[in-house]
Amino acid sequence: MLHLPVLRGGKPYLSLDTIQLKHVGTGETVALVSQANPGLIARDLILDARHNRQILAERPVSELISMSRRAADLFMTGRLPMGDVMQGPDEFVAIQSATTGVPRALCHRNMEKIRFVLAEMERILMGLTRGLDLSVLDEGWNGNAQRPVSYLSQADMLGAVLPSNSPGVHALWLPAVAMKVPLVLRPGRQEPWTPFRVIQAFLAAGCPPEALSFYPSDYAGATEILSRCHRSLFFGDAATVKPWLHDRRIELHGPGKSKVLLAPDQISRWEDHVELMAASIADNGGRSCVNASGVWVGGRAPGLAEALAEKLAAMEPLPLDHPDARLAAFGDVQVARRISDFIDDHLQAPGAEDLTAPYYKDGRVVEMDGLAFLRPTLIRCTDPAHALARAELLFPFAAYVEVPPADLLDLIGPTLVGTVLTGDDRFAGAAMECRHIERLNLGSIPTGRVSWDQPHEGNLFELLYHRRAFQNPASAASAAA
Amino acid sequence: MDASLEKEIAAGRQRLDAHVREIVQWHFNPDTGCEFWLNYAQKMDFDPRKTIQGYDDLKKLGHFQDDWLRGGPVRRWLPRGLQGQPLCVFETGGSTGVPKTRININDFRVDYEAFGDQLSDEGFPKGSDWLMLGPTGPRRLRLAIEHLAQYRGGMCFFVDLDPRWVNNLVKRQAWEEMKAYKDHVIDQAMKIMGAHPNIKCLFTTPKLLDALSQRCPLGKLGFTGIFCGGTEMTAQFNRFVREELAPGIDFVPTYGNTLMGLAVAKAYDPADHYAIIYYPPLPRAVFEIVNPDNLDETVPYGATGRVLLTTLTREFFMPRFAERDEGERAAPCEQFPWDGVSNLGLLSSLKTSVVVGVY
Repeated sequence: MLHLPVLRGGKPYLSLDTIQLKHVGTGETVALVSQANPGLIARDLILDARHNRQILAERPVSELISMSRRAADLFMTGRLPMGDVMQGPDEFVAIQSATTGVPRALCHRNMEKIRFVLAEMERILMGLTRGLDLSVLDEGWNGNAQRPVSYLSQADMLGAVLPSNSPGVHALWLPAVAMKVPLVLRPGRQEPWTPFRVIQAFLAAGCPPEALSFYPSDYAGATEILSRCHRSLFFGDAATVKPWLHDRRIELHGPGKSKVLLAPDQISRWEDHVELMAASIADNGGRSCVNASGVWVGGRAPGLAEALAEKLAAMEPLPLDHPDARLAAFGDVQVARRISDFIDDHLQAPGAEDLTAPYYKDGRVVEMDGLAFLRPTLIRCTDPAHALARAELLFPFAAYVEVPPADLLDLIGPTLVGTVLTGDDRFAGAAMECRHIERLNLGSIPTGRVSWDQPHEGNLFELLYHRRAFQNPASAASAAA
Repeated sequence: MDASLEKEIAAGRQRLDAHVREIVQWHFNPDTGCEFWLNYAQKMDFDPRKTIQGYDDLKKLGHFQDDWLRGGPVRRWLPRGLQGQPLCVFETGGSTGVPKTRININDFRVDYEAFGDQLSDEGFPKGSDWLMLGPTGPRRLRLAIEHLAQYRGGMCFFVDLDPRWVNNLVKRQAWEEMKAYKDHVIDQAMKIMGAHPNIKCLFTTPKLLDALSQRCPLGKLGFTGIFCGGTEMTAQFNRFVREELAPGIDFVPTYGNTLMGLAVAKAYDPADHYAIIYYPPLPRAVFEIVNPDNLDETVPYGATGRVLLTTLTREFFMPRFAERDEGERAAPCEQFPWDGVSNLGLLSSLKTSVVVGVY
């Protein structure tokens, strides 16, 4: 049986506490994952953090960038340790798909995202630092005597409490290593695979093992990481991240509530945008925070909702190894049913209508080969305050909401990614000023298309480094002159 | 199983059956029994004193219900044969509702003396002092640990942790407050340890042991023996303590609660792969590991089942109470020739509704 160990500063540690990972379709146990007890995590972080950071910080950024580039190829094509076995990319994708229910084709696509970020690390660091001369991370300061620039690291380690829902999000924490900050990863229960393989790729590429820790654990273990790491990323649902909302050390990645906004000037051309809307809702199985959970229209667009519903309903559940599979599966049919029941319960309240239901004679939940699928669902909400207008669910689900043109940007509420479709400069200007939208895609860009040098939530460099005032005798003399 | 162990098991069983008869006689005798059991007997169509001749016959009394211990009057549990003696009342943690209460006269002393006799003099030197770092308040532990220290010739220093407040913090997910409270508790422990070099022995809970060791290596603090209990401990925790937190320090995990005595773990044996195997203090308490769906069916050795706990003392009679814990039924061994339990944990069906092990 494949057994994934804890990695304590890169060193494998087989815990006596393990969980079983099961195949979502067959229920067969496919792996054991060692669980780190919270005390073990705390002990490592207390004893080793500063030392581990020093070891990584000794490497020049240029070397770490080259190492990331090597890791990109190794991650994508290499045979790398996965616990006690060696695993190639196809085996990796097969087991990842088996425990997460994500189709293999999408797993391959997510691998490519990881590869891209690792391979393009220099470009990504340029983006994150807005073109900073990265030697500042080696020397502590650079620039000339008149204008020295100094950045101070804020963390001896970056904690990351990771999700299971979408392997693509792992691209967000990858640049930490090149920024000289060791990683302390707590993987999602169903998806330890990507973090572990990334770590193995880094190790094979020459990264100091001390920079890479992997602590599968329960929530108490995750709390230990969040409490002790100087900076962390935390992925979770709204209730999970709530206690940490005001902790400035932690960058939260909760529900995205991303949306596509159709401005009044584009309503007459709605046919041009249906494809983009459907892709924003359903790409990557509809499981990411960057998937649109709402299409909001500034006016009346007769026919648009029906056309979008028809497009979404054409997506059929397929076996996970089918090359065209786009819908992710649930291993537990009850989970799929509970989500479906949640929608149906809320449809009892006036102001909402399921536009995709007529396409599904046997209902929204489909069982196939031991797997359960939720078919894409579009709900027309005539009341923007309806509970389903702002729901975010773990499958291609979206609300379709028409509101008066003047109210569109006011009513949307928090929006991680807002794709704003407009040719009207005034509306575009208003969108630029809209504080509800975190990442603004102005134009025909699906919500899920991420530019890794401009992350959609926070900026890893700004999380990990702080610009500080700095003087030395030369600069002080220059200032005095 | 070798013949001598079989003989020991049979002898233990005989002692248990005799003890059951004695305790049933006591609690159902109108001159010595308590109000609760005397009233209970009146509703039965048999006389327990005649019918119950051994442990297996306790089934006829049904299962003790913990709700009987929630609320008063507490004195209905006081055996008439013990009236007039100084009474203590102890409470359980309260994680499953209104705390259960149990009256106590001398049981905690008897239980902890028996436990104290099993401690090694190297790890827990006689005459050395103790630090009790954990829940005191209305719990039996407060008096029991002090008595243990005194029984072994020492004194006990106390740092209290209120688990009900910790429960409150957990439910509110108030992690900052939790950290501040934990720091406050550990600060006090550090002050005491810095001021009293004769403290060699520690009682604490698993989480507080973690927290204390994160402040300072336990060996440097001067501890030579650690008695750990109060909440569940995994084999992984046992290994972590022995290998990393307290190498070279005598580590004694226990399982117990206000309703029973103190179950001691079988002496550390590498062959057990760090599994903590607890054995009850027969005949004063008995574990039976049963099918959770049929509490009359004992599971085979090595199988997981719900813990049925029976307490058999003159102060308290609790037949076949279904605990909130589950564990693997462990076979008798030379040290304890009766059933034990390993891999204890919260019953699977309760895992989402009960906050346990918060301290």
